[in-house]
Amino acid sequence: MPQKYSGRRYFTNMRWILTVVMLMCGYFHLAAMTITVGKDFPIKSINRAIAMANDGDTVLVHEGLYREGNILVNKSISVIGKNKPILDGQKKFEVVTIRASHVMFDGFVVQHSGYATLEDPGGIKVYNAYAVTISNNILEDNFFGIYIHYGRKCLIKNNRIRAYGVEEQQIGNGIHCWKSDSMEIIGNVIRGHRDGIYFEFVTNSIIWRNVSESNIRYGLHFMFSNHDAYITNIFRRNGSGVAVMFTKEVNMFNNYFEDNWGDAAYGILLKEISDSYIIGNHFKENTAALYLEGANRIIIEKNEFQNNGWGMKIQASCMDNVVSGNNFIGNTFDISTNGSLVLSTFNNNYWDKYEGYDLDRNGIGDVPFHPLSLFAMIAEKNPPVMLLFRSFMVNLLDRSEKMMPSLTPENFIDEKPMMKPCIL
Amino acid sequence: MNKVIKFIVLDILKNKFVVIYTFILLILSWSVFSLENNFTKGLLSLLNIILLIVPMVAILFSTIYMYNSSEFIELLLGQPIKRKKIWMSMYIGLLISMTSAFLIGAGIPIILFAFSSVGLMMLVTGCLITIIFVSLAMLASILMRDKAKGIGLSMMIWLFFSLMFDGLVLFLLFQFSDYPIEKAMIGLSFLNPIGLSRILILLQLDVSALMGYTGAIFKDFFGTSMGVIISFLCLLCWAIIPFLISLSRFNRKDL
Repeated sequence: MPQKYSGRRYFTNMRWILTVVMLMCGYFHLAAMTITVGKDFPIKSINRAIAMANDGDTVLVHEGLYREGNILVNKSISVIGKNKPILDGQKKFEVVTIRASHVMFDGFVVQHSGYATLEDPGGIKVYNAYAVTISNNILEDNFFGIYIHYGRKCLIKNNRIRAYGVEEQQIGNGIHCWKSDSMEIIGNVIRGHRDGIYFEFVTNSIIWRNVSESNIRYGLHFMFSNHDAYITNIFRRNGSGVAVMFTKEVNMFNNYFEDNWGDAAYGILLKEISDSYIIGNHFKENTAALYLEGANRIIIEKNEFQNNGWGMKIQASCMDNVVSGNNFIGNTFDISTNGSLVLSTFNNNYWDKYEGYDLDRNGIGDVPFHPLSLFAMIAEKNPPVMLLFRSFMVNLLDRSEKMMPSLTPENFIDEKPMMKPCIL
Repeated sequence: MNKVIKFIVLDILKNKFVVIYTFILLILSWSVFSLENNFTKGLLSLLNIILLIVPMVAILFSTIYMYNSSEFIELLLGQPIKRKKIWMSMYIGLLISMTSAFLIGAGIPIILFAFSSVGLMMLVTGCLITIIFVSLAMLASILMRDKAKGIGLSMMIWLFFSLMFDGLVLFLLFQFSDYPIEKAMIGLSFLNPIGLSRILILLQLDVSALMGYTGAIFKDFFGTSMGVIISFLCLLCWAIIPFLISLSRFNRKDL
């Protein structure tokens, strides 16, 4: 059987070639050096170690305090900290600058970066690079935390970023991405910056399992960033919640928006956004859980709105949104709007204020529900009216409006309200 | 004077109405807290009871009591007691029985279920509302000689403060919505003890953020300790001034 024979011979040849290739790989691998930096080692400066390194090398930094001004990584190397060495910018310098692709920066404490409104120095700043990994760092008291400028395929993972900003103008963002693509922001904890995570012109990226809390302005700020997703993040006690603006095709799944309480605080603020999904999120104790302005073709499904001031503020400029299968529980106002035009549909939501009945026992109320209360509308037009909130007079007005809707928009209606909370 | 007060309090208790009132308040507030799993919601339901039922009972019962005890007052006037002391002991006697009824009826459930700043504020304002409406009842009963007219007047007072005043405010708000009227609104809110109590309680519930810009102004005033002190002083004025007017009338009245 000649055919079988030739096959075996081919296989033997392949084995040879593979062995050679593997050996060569081993050779190159050995060629990649590890340069160790530390006070007990010959090389004491990180910058010198980087200058000595070639692409593919590793700079291993041992614990200690390093005050080297700016540390510039301009080669494709791994810079790894052992036992969290501290890099201090002395409030004058940008601490770490990465200007090469395939850099890994892991395990440092980066603190006290300089402050300059024109150059925006960061704790770690990446310029025009591909496949950079920034992981397991602790950033303390920097102007900007991690700043990615023209990054592609970068991974920012498990960093703890903390600042002590007081005023919006004097502090930068925790993780700031500008003109980037395919970013992964995973498992970071950000506190006390201006915006926790800031995206401007960032596409095809994912924000997953981060905690962004107690930031001065937004927990997450999106501008002109299409095709992104943020999933299972916690946004808590931020000055004004989360803002998603001028963007299309954003997926917002399973996030938690809590305690964003203040005069202009929102769970999510949506402005000029279209073709997006808001599914399975939890809104708890926000002043306004979901604010929509100029929002089109958004599917809002299976979210929980609990104990908010306003469950949803949907302005008349919104179109073709579908709100279904959500639970509205314990909100002061479930819905409010600013006009009489309603171009979105509501169905199969659970409203705890619903007082209808279900004769055929199919779980869907037999009378439609008007989620918009008269007082919510009056208060929208004339805010000082809130002074009369919960007074007998206002309760009376609301009751009579519920019986015979005359002032509230007639088509603002849930035709099939659920009798019991939806299972999310 | 103490003897007269004691006598009046005992007389009111004998009447049993106050006991029933206490009992009803107790059942209402207890059920409100046990129906809602969240005590803030319970407090909000209780708010309506305090703002509606408490002033109504206080003013109606006090007015009726004043008319019913007119013969007793005449009897006392025959004794060597000053007119001022008689009127004051009527006031204090009514006040003690009504506030203790409120404190037992609403206070026990509040302390048990919702012992917080809101709950405390509710208790204090509830007591003040009771006192205010007792003193308004004294005024109504001295202004009208006829019992039916007096009761009618006190009904009108209650209706005015719990419903009509708010309607008036709503009307003014719409008429002057183009002007910066927030500060004037604060002044206006002092004219209604029920509204003022409601605002004080709601601000403890932290709904001020709901009011946006206006809320900020209200919070700046009512949220500060200064604002709270001024509001309480205002409520105290509401409790004392109608009584003082009625006192001076009673001193000059020809019985």
